[in-house]
Amino acid sequence: MEAKLLMGNEACAEGALAAGVRFYGGYPITPSNEIGEILSSRLPAVGGRFIQMEDEIGSMAAIIGASIAGLKSMTATSGPGFSLMQENLGFAAIAEVPCVVVNVMRAGPSTGMPTLPAQGDVMQARWGTHGDHPSIVLCPSSVREVFDLTVTAVNFSEKYRMPVILLMDEVIGHLREKVTLPQPESIQVVERPRPDCPPEWYKPFEDTKTGVPSMAAFGDGYRYHITGLTHDSMGFPTTKKDEVESLIQRLFRKIRQGFEEIMLYETFLMEDATAAIVAYGCTARSAKSAVLMLRKEGMKVGLLKLSTLWPFPRVAVESLPEQVQELVVPEMNMGQLYREVVRVGHGRFRVKKVSRIDGELITPQEIIYGLKRRERK
Amino acid sequence: MDQFSIFVPRLVTTKEYFAPGHRACIGCGEALAVRHVCKALGKDVIIANATGCMEIVSSALPTTTWRVPWIHSLFENTSAVASGIESGLKVLRRRGKIPDKKITVVAMGGDGATCDIGLQSLSGALERGHNFIYFCFDNEAYMNTGIQRSSATPYGATTSTSPAGKKGIGQITGKKNMPAIAAAHGIPYVATACPSYPFDLFDKVKRAQAVEGPAYIHVFSVCPTGWRSAPELSVKMGRLAVETGVFPLYEIVNGQYRLSMDISPLRPVIEYTKVQGRFRHLTPDLMEQMQVRVIKTYEELKKKASG
Repeated sequence: MEAKLLMGNEACAEGALAAGVRFYGGYPITPSNEIGEILSSRLPAVGGRFIQMEDEIGSMAAIIGASIAGLKSMTATSGPGFSLMQENLGFAAIAEVPCVVVNVMRAGPSTGMPTLPAQGDVMQARWGTHGDHPSIVLCPSSVREVFDLTVTAVNFSEKYRMPVILLMDEVIGHLREKVTLPQPESIQVVERPRPDCPPEWYKPFEDTKTGVPSMAAFGDGYRYHITGLTHDSMGFPTTKKDEVESLIQRLFRKIRQGFEEIMLYETFLMEDATAAIVAYGCTARSAKSAVLMLRKEGMKVGLLKLSTLWPFPRVAVESLPEQVQELVVPEMNMGQLYREVVRVGHGRFRVKKVSRIDGELITPQEIIYGLKRRERK
Repeated sequence: MDQFSIFVPRLVTTKEYFAPGHRACIGCGEALAVRHVCKALGKDVIIANATGCMEIVSSALPTTTWRVPWIHSLFENTSAVASGIESGLKVLRRRGKIPDKKITVVAMGGDGATCDIGLQSLSGALERGHNFIYFCFDNEAYMNTGIQRSSATPYGATTSTSPAGKKGIGQITGKKNMPAIAAAHGIPYVATACPSYPFDLFDKVKRAQAVEGPAYIHVFSVCPTGWRSAPELSVKMGRLAVETGVFPLYEIVNGQYRLSMDISPLRPVIEYTKVQGRFRHLTPDLMEQMQVRVIKTYEELKKKASG
């Protein structure tokens, strides 16, 4: 494929189409608008459907409906809209409905700064909806990665039958870069498991080896019950303690069993490093350039770039080389993933945070300063 | 209520409660409408404003355009916020904490905030019967986020999420009849207005202020940016919309329809659409369809008003 100049949001729309998304229900919100705008003209051209809903509650509900009807479906939003989607996200988690929610993060809380970037929704993406539930959250840091992770997000949602959240930030969403997209035939596309048994044998929420039951679309001839209530393997509401426990345990188990595959991260110049920067999203770009600047000075610093934020890729932190003593976590929030790094570090590292919440990017210099700064006793 | 129909330019206050210097686009019909509405409301007013163009252009830090108490809430909840303000004032007044004078509570939002995301909250407030006025400033799409369609976008208009092309004609559904929805709540006063007819607008605001209970005013706000029209034509386009029957002016007082001006004969719709880029792709066939639709709705409205 030839190189193109693409915006992050455009790459997201391209990725969705490549992954087989054929339904988009959305609501206008800065800075994610381009995704919906592009799909509003591209989806009908490939036989898909675009609906602009009356609000984000409607968007999320519509993609759940479309997914149950058998289509790969997606929506895109930003902070306030993401808050409105939370209840439906919980429904998608317990009813095990595959769908993808793109959240192009802007500065919050509330209306915040609609046109400026932030990374404040990291914890919301994990714990936004009530109740205990697993979640998969991916976070790209370049336009090409937006494309790849959009495809991956759709694939994960189909494979694990659950909502997957793609957390972008405003910088990545509106960044234009030269990108070479992969050949369509080289893109791996996953389809949800479908039942092949006779309809009367079908158990919609059956425990399987992978923990992921097969999913029949409405109209396939399989009659079954879908509910937001805690249900048994037939989908009917239950409060029996063994059935409740086994459902929730299974939801977590399907993620745990796929953890190796879900955990996406990269390391850069880590072999001989004594200190490392742990970064994601747009700050990973500043972090990379900080690493190069520090290497020029002779400091042995490496970069751990996280593409999966949840489930937190603890192995990535635990497997850092022995000599790494110090970690710095630059984030455009008050330190949301920093806590997670401290938690899985078990006191092995000195962990520092670099926070910036004024809507401006964290510069490489700030990260360098953060790394060199001595903690006040 | 008829005593308010004597407005002449000489008698209109020169006081401005919506100050100049805001950041609205050139030729913004909505800013003009808000200015007139604020003039008519006077100074004893509290305004709750939904997210949208008006909130963005009027309140950019460190300045504000509002010379009256004003709160920006969220996108979907302005009527609920106004309900709370109205109830709070009621309690304060009853307990003698504030002087016993009339304070008008106002909620305002764009067409997206009214017809789409905020409809539930508006319906709740109308049903509970709070004494407030709701203004919908209808510029027929989500202009603030980049011209996406709303349920108030007219048939055939192209927007960034209802794009016209070889196959698509743009918006394929008609405009949601929001005044009728508001009237269906059985509220005492509903009206449509347009800042191109300022005295009619003043009149209607005053009437809404005088009634006890909820009032709803749907204000047609020309948007040169989103409609791809010349900014100097804004006032004229408001008139054209009314004179062609695209946006008829009427009131619904206690369920009784009354046309504010009966235009006969209507001007052809094409006079209104030809000056706008968003209708540029319409073929003569579609134009004809549009003309038929407009006449049909206008006739229906007339029948309601006469019956």
